[in-house]
Amino acid sequence: MLHEDAILAVPVSAHDHVQGNAHAVVTLLEYGDFQCPACGSAYPLVKQIQHRYAGNLRFVFRHFPLAQAHPYAQLAAELAEAAAVEGRFWAMHDWLYENQAAWAPRGAAGLEAGVRALDLDEATIAATLRDPDIDARIRRDFMGGVHSGVNGTPSFYVNGYLYQGDFDSLVHAIGRVIARQQ
Amino acid sequence: MSLLAAGTAAPEFTLHATPDQSVALKEFRGRNVILAFYPADWSPVCSDQLALYNELLDEFARLNAQLLAISVDGVWSHAALARERKYHFPLLSDFEPKGRVARAYGVYDEQHGLAQRALFVIDGEGVIRWSYLSPMGVNPGAAGIVKALEALPSNNIQKTLPADGAQEAP
Repeated sequence: MLHEDAILAVPVSAHDHVQGNAHAVVTLLEYGDFQCPACGSAYPLVKQIQHRYAGNLRFVFRHFPLAQAHPYAQLAAELAEAAAVEGRFWAMHDWLYENQAAWAPRGAAGLEAGVRALDLDEATIAATLRDPDIDARIRRDFMGGVHSGVNGTPSFYVNGYLYQGDFDSLVHAIGRVIARQQ
Repeated sequence: MSLLAAGTAAPEFTLHATPDQSVALKEFRGRNVILAFYPADWSPVCSDQLALYNELLDEFARLNAQLLAISVDGVWSHAALARERKYHFPLLSDFEPKGRVARAYGVYDEQHGLAQRALFVIDGEGVIRWSYLSPMGVNPGAAGIVKALEALPSNNIQKTLPADGAQEAP
């Protein structure tokens, strides 16, 4: 289902975290929150979609932490950005979702396990977390999402249009776009 | 009666926000007001919708706007919801006579006895500048609100207003 405010307001750019073929037919973009259980449930399904459509799909992740609802979502997003400075964004993204049930109840202490699991330097990460650019980037993602009509997490955009429906139909919608282009 | 349109004077109201405190629309003259009518406390879609707005209070304040959410639920339900979800804006209770304010704005669902999911942006003069009726089960997000606030002449002159609109609900 689409409406006028449900079009991606901020095009994908070099500032984004992108996985997959830059020339893919389909761009699947997620606005996500690392502490959101629904995003945690979507994570393995996104992996399946990436596997299934391989070179025909690129995946973009943007931050949309609902910090009042999920008290460690903001810190988790910051940690992913600090890992990104070390070139490890996707490793941290995956760790946060794969271990969400373990770290989320433990908050900051739970998140420290991610720093160790990725073998990142704790002092470097701690210093990076104080950089105001990290917060600014997350806020920029968030407000871009608001302007794009994000109404909760996760919100998925297929080639720039907000997708509102269940996951099976998302897979089929992506399949149809690819089929049309071939 | 249908959704009040842009250009209409916003009907005045005074509603309870808590058992012993009321909020009147006219208290906000000089500031913009976002009225978010929603069907019911605790239902999943509106909770997501309000959770999103709860994250945007600083942005609304920057646009000199106060958010007021309204449903027909009673004050104790509102109090429990606000505490559980950490909402930092007033939830107003259109409870007695039930739905009177929703009716005045043309967004009362007679069949179900609930407010419809509707949004209004009211300017500092008390005039509706934007309104939107969302299908009952669809979370309308905040893009329309932000766009409407940014388009207000008072927000258009690149003047950053003080964020004193950020006062929290009692």
